[in-house]
Amino acid sequence: MLRLLQQEAVAGVRNLHPGYCSLLVKFDALRMQHEEVEAMLREYLERLEEVELPEARLVEIPVCYGGEFGPDFTEVAALCGMTAGQAIELHASVEYLVYFLGFVPGFAYLGELPEALVTPRLAVPRRRVPAGSVGIAGNQTGVYPFATPGGWRLLGRTPVKMFQADRDELSLLAIGDRVRFVPISAERFVKLEKEWT
Amino acid sequence: MDVILVREPGLFTTVQDLGREGFGPMGVSPSGAADAVSLRVGNRLVGNAQEAAGLEMTLLGGTFAFPDGAVVALAGSNFGATLDGKAAELWTSFEAKPGQALKLGPTQTGARCFLCVRGGIEVKAFLGSASTHILSGLGGFEGRALRKGDVLMIGATSGSARQRRLSARALKEMQPRKILRVTPGPQDDWFPEASRRVFYESAYRVAEETNRMGIRLQGASVVKAAEGELTSEGVSLGAVQVPEGGLPIILFVEQQTTGGYPKIANVISADFHSLGQLRPRDEVRFERVDEETARSLLRKQEKLLASEELLFE
Repeated sequence: MLRLLQQEAVAGVRNLHPGYCSLLVKFDALRMQHEEVEAMLREYLERLEEVELPEARLVEIPVCYGGEFGPDFTEVAALCGMTAGQAIELHASVEYLVYFLGFVPGFAYLGELPEALVTPRLAVPRRRVPAGSVGIAGNQTGVYPFATPGGWRLLGRTPVKMFQADRDELSLLAIGDRVRFVPISAERFVKLEKEWT
Repeated sequence: MDVILVREPGLFTTVQDLGREGFGPMGVSPSGAADAVSLRVGNRLVGNAQEAAGLEMTLLGGTFAFPDGAVVALAGSNFGATLDGKAAELWTSFEAKPGQALKLGPTQTGARCFLCVRGGIEVKAFLGSASTHILSGLGGFEGRALRKGDVLMIGATSGSARQRRLSARALKEMQPRKILRVTPGPQDDWFPEASRRVFYESAYRVAEETNRMGIRLQGASVVKAAEGELTSEGVSLGAVQVPEGGLPIILFVEQQTTGGYPKIANVISADFHSLGQLRPRDEVRFERVDEETARSLLRKQEKLLASEELLFE
């Protein structure tokens, strides 16, 4: 539906906010009535079969797990009853799907986290999560593109820039992409970080 | 090119226009002026297109020098402005002569005052807008709030500017409200009747940690009925979300684009500008209206902003 509304934009529709199983359609209330928008969306719904989705890319994101980069890593491993090595291996073992981008520019909601790693959010969110932090919440995982407040449990950090204003593709990830995390050492993190700046 | 020298930045001053709408699929919220009505009027006072970029000051204004002179206007709340020591009026355009400086102080009314300059503030646009998005450091002047010593470019202008003033009737109609009108939110039915009554009958205080992302409220808790978590979904400007703990947060211009808390109500578009004038410790209430009322109030506001009688010379 998002793709169709982007390809065949409707005059009066001002913004689209995708979610896991919903799409928020913002429209100019002085140009359109709710009933008109609903009728238009129903017509689009009939046509979803014909929408061609772009080819999904596989994007590898290097992550340095644990230590100062992943302040919740030890606790998560303990909560899940596994060793540090097992937790890293598990988090990096699956291909995640980008369900949608939201929250802040370039934040991709990735799923699904292997069952054994599923952990609730922190009871008290952090006031500031550093940019590049890789976190988990419930059965989701994701990378914070900017330093923001956040309640996800942090396992590690990537030196990769998830969102850059001076790049053709502003956001590293797009809806439908596949993501795999690749564990790296602290030395490699420093080296890659230099390359990205 | 003419410039503005930032002698004192004030508490939190950013370059803002009417924002960048349409990038929700990338997680980019529109941002834009916290009180768009004031910015639009300010721009009209100096003869700009209403979407031109101006300076948005928060609670405490700055000091700005105009080495080349400029035609300027102040719109929004009264920050006790003076031009070279003489009181400078709100809601009217005036000339700052070469070398003069405009000094603003702490607010005497609401949270924000806009400085509009003929020609607009020129910055490199990001996704079609000059608006600063503080959280991500994108847009505006170097993606940040102004600092002492910054030099801002003024856009080119042609022709002469006539002095313009806002009509008393328009000013009265644009007064920011403390009783915010809302329509029911998408999860209105997650809240039992008793909780909704609490929400609509209580006075809430604006919390200190309020910013352009969200307006946090203190007061009576609004308890949702059932257990169960909301799957993250798109959220709108003005959405009143109720996190665990029950203290409502109104999502504001630099909002997150998606969220996982239920939304009991949504502030109507015609009252968005009032949100931008709320100060910490202000008291607000919510009044429920239907969609048709919300639409006709917006229509009335837009008609006023487009009307010829808005300004006179």
